[in-house]
This record gives sequence, structure tokens and C-alpha cells, in this order.
Amino acid sequence: MNRLLLFLLLLCCQPLLAQKSTTRQMAPVASGTFVPLYGAAKDRVPVKGFLLDKYPVTNAEFLAFVKQQPKWQKSAVKKVFADQNYLRHWASDQSIGPDAAKLNNSPVINVSWFAAKAYCECQGKRLPTVNEWEYAALASETKRDATNDEAFYQRSLEWYSQPNPKYLPAVQSSFRNYYGVYGMIGLVWEWTSDFNSAMLQSDARAGNSNDQQQFCGAGASNATNVKNYVAFMRYAFRSSLKPSYTVGNLGFRCAQSSKVELARR
Amino acid sequence: MKRSIVNRAVYLLGVAIYSAGILSSCTTQATEPANILTAGTSSTPKELPVVEAELTSPPMVPKPITRKTAAKVVVRLEVREVVKKLADGVDYTFWTFGGTVPGKFIRIRQNDEVEFHLMNHPDSKNPHNIDLHAVTGPGGGAASSFTPPGHETVFSFKALNSGLYVYHCATAPVGMHIANGMYGLILVEPEEGMAPVDKEFYVMQGDFYTKGAFGAPGLQPFDMQKAMDEKPTYVVFNGSVGALTGDNALKAKTGEKIRMFVGNGGPGMVSSFHLIGEIFDTVYPEGSFNTKTNVQTTLIPAGGAAIAEFKTDVPGNYVLVDHAIFRAFNKGALGMLKVEGPEDKSIYSGQILDKIYLPEGGTIQEMPTAKAPAAPKAESKEERITLGKAVFARNCQACHQAEGQGVKGAFPPLAKSDYLNADVHRAIGVVAHGLEGQIKVNGELYNSTMPKLQLSDEEVANVLTYVLNSWGNKGGVVTTEEVIKTKAISKE
Repeated sequence: MNRLLLFLLLLCCQPLLAQKSTTRQMAPVASGTFVPLYGAAKDRVPVKGFLLDKYPVTNAEFLAFVKQQPKWQKSAVKKVFADQNYLRHWASDQSIGPDAAKLNNSPVINVSWFAAKAYCECQGKRLPTVNEWEYAALASETKRDATNDEAFYQRSLEWYSQPNPKYLPAVQSSFRNYYGVYGMIGLVWEWTSDFNSAMLQSDARAGNSNDQQQFCGAGASNATNVKNYVAFMRYAFRSSLKPSYTVGNLGFRCAQSSKVELARR
Repeated sequence: MKRSIVNRAVYLLGVAIYSAGILSSCTTQATEPANILTAGTSSTPKELPVVEAELTSPPMVPKPITRKTAAKVVVRLEVREVVKKLADGVDYTFWTFGGTVPGKFIRIRQNDEVEFHLMNHPDSKNPHNIDLHAVTGPGGGAASSFTPPGHETVFSFKALNSGLYVYHCATAPVGMHIANGMYGLILVEPEEGMAPVDKEFYVMQGDFYTKGAFGAPGLQPFDMQKAMDEKPTYVVFNGSVGALTGDNALKAKTGEKIRMFVGNGGPGMVSSFHLIGEIFDTVYPEGSFNTKTNVQTTLIPAGGAAIAEFKTDVPGNYVLVDHAIFRAFNKGALGMLKVEGPEDKSIYSGQILDKIYLPEGGTIQEMPTAKAPAAPKAESKEERITLGKAVFARNCQACHQAEGQGVKGAFPPLAKSDYLNADVHRAIGVVAHGLEGQIKVNGELYNSTMPKLQLSDEEVANVLTYVLNSWGNKGGVVTTEEVIKTKAISKE
């Protein structure tokens, strides 16, 4: 299995490994446990230490990737891997267009899960899991876990409430959290590797039905903290997606398991 | 436990799909996916005619349905997240069905098949769905219409039941989606249709929860705590304070039959819907086609609706309120219907009189409309005393008391009154013009006000004749002519 994956990986990214990007650095996120939206407070979920990109992937970085990987260009991409809005904010296959100056450093959006996954793999990385992402996103500027920090929570809620700006801000402009990771909240929604494994039902109110077995985080009735609206919104957003979907405010960043990192060194 | 199994299954499935995709992408051309539109899976044997639904923004209502048979109705509703006015100087990010709060009005007929398209605008931040209370099926369509930004979903339903139904968003966190304005009305007309009226309006109440207090300016964020405590900052009709007042008031003419489709999106408040100055001739409570007549205030639950019908008889401004009245005057639940046309004084006169009220009484001036019956004229001393007694009871007794004894220190006595008996002409002046300042009556000082009484000369004559012939006073008659003369002389 792994060998097959490695083979596919090589197939995918033969000519290049890890494009060197000036902004592309990773921050270590230390091991710990947290209580996700689903499940009970007593079942804290452990998260192994991992590395996470400091910034979401930018338009410029993704452009470099599609230049080297023509099959991920707009006109070439397979419909099963990306819907018709894939990179719709770009002028053409190899050009962002007249807005390039405004968009180069903004998070790339309108990319499918398949495209995001391929990008990370070509960097020798992977997409973070939902748990890794949620765990890292708990951090405010000063706290590892800002779950009970009202000001931080309200700021997140307000960002989730606002429609998209015409031009997304540069990735460096967002807040730097405890781990040194920027813009987990406040830039774009982000893909996770297993985005569809813990789902709110599309009808968020069907709490105690047998469907729960299909959707681990089914309704509000078995959420740990029914007040955690920002987490609800993230899980709801993930639940509405299919892997070929591209959305105008959905980007991604890559992660790496620390062990792999150590082994490499 | 289960979770890990599911996770694993999903993971394996994902890997399988992915691998298959990779492999196929290296070998074969991917086929174009079929366009899934017009997905109505009709189970009826004969083809129904296809109709594109007319959708209207509040307070307008689509035209009544004239069809006598079922149709396949295509409804296309777009979700947009927009910044709009909540009150003067106050903005709010509304999440909307069609750009307005409430969302577009949908009008269909019982047994229609509806092909429902939900489009979520690419600029939306959140995924959305729709639960129509008119739908028979899981989640009212919510489970089939979960739509991320920049996507469109389609589902079909058959409108089995007539009625006026609420629709709303049901995406987690549901309360927040509704609190941001995601609700509207869908009318399912009964097969026999509805009686024609002159005007139809679309009004929907909703409550809003902002960080700042009522009227606090700027773009106000949603306040989750207030929402959970069910303490709204705003309770409004049609999405903002003033949406139905001033230039935005609903308009009608006298003699028109009005039908209001009234909904309540909530999320938290129950509406006591009332139209000040009108009685609803007919109400369809809870949006069901069973009527009640002559209703003053109808209760509309959160997530419920009602139809209210009435005829406009009298011109003027009629105010719509939630009769939980602080909401109307302090939170915005106030709208207006302006009715223009000719007055009908037989139903409502308008103000006839505005005057100072003093408990000493006062008499009514002449009526502007009807002819007042002529006051009786006394023909004799006895008649003067009889009529004067009635005048005294109406106008004087409150202060001077029934037996003319007065109130010591406040109102001088009339019984055995030296001040009265000493000078009848002075007494006429006092009754006609009133009196202010210090006087001495039976050895006591009085310093208060006797108001000027609106009495006819005849009444002054009668009441004085009655007083002079009561409680041990000196007797005599005061005539109307005497009063006229004395008033002319003593005019101040």
C-alpha cells in the first residue's frame, strides 16, 4: 500500500521536490490533547506533535506548482478532481492576470481537495487532519488553548459572519498564534485531509437518530459544547464539501509529521 | 470506537477513489459529468406543465394563482450574505434568501410539484441549506439542499398540504443562521384558490441580537450570548427598523379589502400581531386555511405564520405592532399602513373636542357634526330650580359638595354663604368668568381657583336660581336676561 502510494507520489512529482519558497516555513505544534466538537469532554483526543505551514499556500506558490504540474492547470484538470470553478479567479492556465499584484501573496482559493493534496505531496508534505487543524486553531496570540477566551472567540465569530472581501489580504497580514502559525482564523477556510470523516449532517438538527453512526459529529445534541458556534461553523462547512468542490474562500496549508521530519534529518 | 472504524472506512474509500482516479487519469479521458438540472423525479404518469415561479421581495406578494390544475413549478432561490441597514446608522451582516429579510415570497398551489434550486453565492462565507415547512420529507428539504458557497443544489417535493408556511436555513449553528435573517414565507394555495382581494402584503417579524445596545451605531456583530438568553436587541418587521414606516409604509385606499401574509422567523420571540385601529375581519390562524372572524390580536409562533384580512373603512395611519408593546416602541416592531380616501364620519368622527379636563367638570361645546338637541328653556322658577340642580350636580358639586357645604380651607361653602347672598351680580360674574385670588366667606379665608365654566346663559341663570333657593340661602330668581346683562358689564 505504502509502496503504491510512494510510486504514485513519484509519478506525481518526479521533476520537482519541495519548491523553495521565501515565505514557506513551518512551525512545530507540540503534542497535546483537546476536546473536539463531537464526543464527550472526558474523551480528550490526543494530537501528536507535528509541523504546520506558517501560512496558507499563496496564489504565487500555487502558480509555480501548476507551471511544473500542467495536469493541475485550469484547462487540463480532470473534472473528477476539480469542479468548473477551479481557479476561476485566475485569468488563465499560467497567469493570475491583472490582479496578480494584489493576489500573489493572498491565500490561493478555488482549489479542490485533490489539488490541495497533490500540492502538499509535491512538497513532501501532506494536508493536516481535522484534529490537527482544530487543535492548532485553538491557539490565540498568547494561549495554546483559547477556548474560553471570550475576546478571541468573538473575533473568530465575527470573521465567520462576514462575506468575503473582494481581494483576500496577504497571508502575512493575519494574526500570529502561540505556535507561530499565521491566520488559522481570519483568512480563509482550509482543507483538511479527512474533512468528511466527522460530519454534521446536512440537516444540522437531526440529533439522536441512527444516522449518527454515519456522522460522528452528527447534530448539536451530542456536541461537547453547544456554545462553540465557531467550531460548528467549521464542521458545517467541511460537511458541505465534496473533494472535487472548489470554493471562493477555501484554501489550504500543508503539514508534516514530526517523526518523518526527524527521520529525514 | 465507531468513529475510528468510520474514519478508517472513509480513509480507505478515499484512497481507493483517489488511486482509481490517478490511474484512470493516466490512461483514459475522463467523461464529462452529466449536468444535473431539471432533476424532478416526477412520479405522475402525465407530464405536468412547467412554470417558473414568480418570486417577490417583501412587502410585495406574487400574483394569485389562476391555474386550476397542478404544475411543475421551478423555484430558484439565491443565498446571499449582505451588509444592510438594521436601523438608522446601524448596519448588520444579514444572511438572506434572495438579498432581503425576509427572503423572497414563494407562491404555489396545492399538489404542485416543486423543483427547488438553491444557489449559494460565491461570495458567501458559509454553506447554507433550506428547510421549507411546506415540505413533507426529512428536514423539510434541508438534508437535500446543503450547499457550499459557489454551488447550487436541486431537490423536488410535492406540496401535499395547503397553508402559509415558513422556510428557513437549517445549517449549524441553526440559531445563528436564523438570527441573521434566513427566513421567508411560502404560500401553498388550496386547490380551490383564494378569494380575490384588492391588496396583498408580505410582512415578517424577526428578532436580532447585536453586541451593541439598540441604536448603537456602526456595523454591529452578532451577540451569541444575547441570542441564547433570548434577549433581542431588535424586534422588527421586514428586516429593519423603519422597513414599513415613513416612505416605506404600506399603502391602501378606503374601501379596499386587504390581505396580509404575516410570518414570524424568530428565532426567539412569539409575535402578538396587532393592527392598531383595525379589527381583522378574518384570520387564518397559524397559516392554516381554517378561519376565525373578528380577531384583535393574533398569536404567531416563532417559525409560524398567519393570514389576516380586513376591509379599510376609514382613512388614516394604521400601525402594525407586536403587542408585546415594548418591542414596538423600544425595539422596532412597528410598521404602518397608510389608508387614503374620503372620511366616513358615521364610522369614525375624528376628534370632536380637545379641552382642559378639571374634575370640577365642564360642559360640552357644540358638536361640529350633528345638531345638538336644543337645551331646555325654563318657563318658571320651579323649572329653573329643577334644571339648575342638574347643572349643579354636573359642574359644581365636585368642589362645593352636594349640600353646598364646601370643603374647609379649599372650596368655600355656598350654603348660608354671606359672600354669595351679599351680591347676586357678583355671583353671576364668578360663575360666568371664574374667580381667582383671596376671598372671605363666612369668616374663613379662601385662596384658590374657580375655573371659568362653559355654561350657557340659561344654565348660569338656572344654577344660580337653584343655589339661591337651597341650603338656607336668600332665595329669588336669576333670569337669562340678567345673566347676559351682568356678563356684558362685568367682562374682564
